[in-house]
Amino acid sequence: MSVAQIQIQGVRKTFQGAGAPVTALTDIDLELRAGEFVCLLGPSGCGKSTLLNIIAGFLAPSAGRVLVDGAPVGAPGPERGMVFQEYALFPWMTVEANIAFGLEIKGRPRGEIRDTVDRLLVMLRLTEFRARFPKDLSGGMRQRVAIARVLALDSPILLMDDPFGALDALTRRTLQDELLRVWEDLKKTVVFVTHSLEESIYLADRIVLMTYRPGTVKLDMAIRLPRMRDPASGEFNAVKKELGSLLMAEQQRHVEAEFS
Amino acid sequence: MTGSRLLRGVLVPLAALLIWQALSARHVFNPQVLPSPLAVFSRWLAYLKPPDPFDPALMSRARWCLSGELIQDACGSLYRVLVGFLLGTGLALPLGLAMGYSRLCHALLDPLLQILRPIPPIAYIPLAILWFGLGNPPAFFLISLGAFFPVLVNTIAGVHSVDGIYLRVARNLGAGRFTTFRRVILPAAAPYILAGARIGMGTAFIVVIVSEMIAVNNGLGYRILEAREYMWSDKIIAGMLTIGLLGLGIDTLMGALTRRLLRWHRGLE
Repeated sequence: MSVAQIQIQGVRKTFQGAGAPVTALTDIDLELRAGEFVCLLGPSGCGKSTLLNIIAGFLAPSAGRVLVDGAPVGAPGPERGMVFQEYALFPWMTVEANIAFGLEIKGRPRGEIRDTVDRLLVMLRLTEFRARFPKDLSGGMRQRVAIARVLALDSPILLMDDPFGALDALTRRTLQDELLRVWEDLKKTVVFVTHSLEESIYLADRIVLMTYRPGTVKLDMAIRLPRMRDPASGEFNAVKKELGSLLMAEQQRHVEAEFS
Repeated sequence: MTGSRLLRGVLVPLAALLIWQALSARHVFNPQVLPSPLAVFSRWLAYLKPPDPFDPALMSRARWCLSGELIQDACGSLYRVLVGFLLGTGLALPLGLAMGYSRLCHALLDPLLQILRPIPPIAYIPLAILWFGLGNPPAFFLISLGAFFPVLVNTIAGVHSVDGIYLRVARNLGAGRFTTFRRVILPAAAPYILAGARIGMGTAFIVVIVSEMIAVNNGLGYRILEAREYMWSDKIIAGMLTIGLLGLGIDTLMGALTRRLLRWHRGLE
């Protein structure tokens, strides 16, 4: 078996707030293989986004380290493209300018940029919206653009911070299917943060279930159902039932902590 | 749609004019103190008209048409406004960007600027004459001062208002400091900067009139003061209305430019 692409070793993260320091993450040890689709699942406050931000390089761990291809993660960079829940498209750039921006930063030749942008517009069904500004797009469209913008970088790793959390259920399913299609085409490693149990079972090769604060790995489970998965099937629901009670226990701890 | 909007827009000014004219016709006001609108209008036309009869040997017809005192004054005022505005904005924009971007820069410069900011440009008049003599230079100085602070304050606020997520995305895409500044911070701050420029242009218009009352011998401000010497209140009002119309024209142009530059912006709908 090959060496893991992302190695998370003994990561802990403590935030120094106004009051006592809060430990968001502790004792995280994970190895993610290249091409794997991993979902980080847990209730709000389990530190899953914090962990994603540490992998991205936006946050430094308080202890432990993250290695990507054997090298420690420093600053954020285009080799680990991130998709945010709030889309974060540049509103002053058109759809195609948003997608092209990363390539322009890399200083790629004009022709290559145009070809890549054209290809991604087709791949994410955005061609007819290429000249629009983000304000004129629906939430689902915006998130497609955000995905295309990151894919343009051709980074081997895709970090997704609850990217479909703000979308309605139908749009969400469409984008999940598109993401799976793109992932199967491009063989990227995906680290996908969500608090939706169903979304994680629908998408992931592997689900990492995290505990409520301080976040640790409660369960690391491979999902072996064949794709495309049917959320109405018995196998799907068996997994859902098994994980659901564990997730709810953490959610309960979250509720107790918030309201006590 | 546009027709009815225009109608609604002119309704109140028109009513005010009619009432004013009716009261003037009944000799409610001393015409020396407040002349009738018709008297103002006829004075305005006389002010607009070329002083000499057309003579092709002296100048082209187009130049002759523009040789009226009003046009000359308006051009003089506009010229001072534009030069002063460009000077003021040209200084305020880079300074505001630097102060918005760099905490150190802000900490060093903000106290001084906060002391200078409440001083109205008019208070600088004696120094302006002392430093720059007479003619256009002191006017440029005062007008640029008037435009400087609105642009500066808004530019700083604009840079501070840039949503942190855009900076995170830029870092994630691999953008360096310069690229982030030029392609992310600058456009993100543009709505504030342009609003500041519009306010600055308004201030420039106020200051140009004042500055023309002290150091030059043409321009709308000068003409109003000159008309006062002769007690030509109709000409004073004609000059004032010209300032109003010119300001409206400039503001409309600035508004159109803003809409064009910010066509991506949500807030404009």
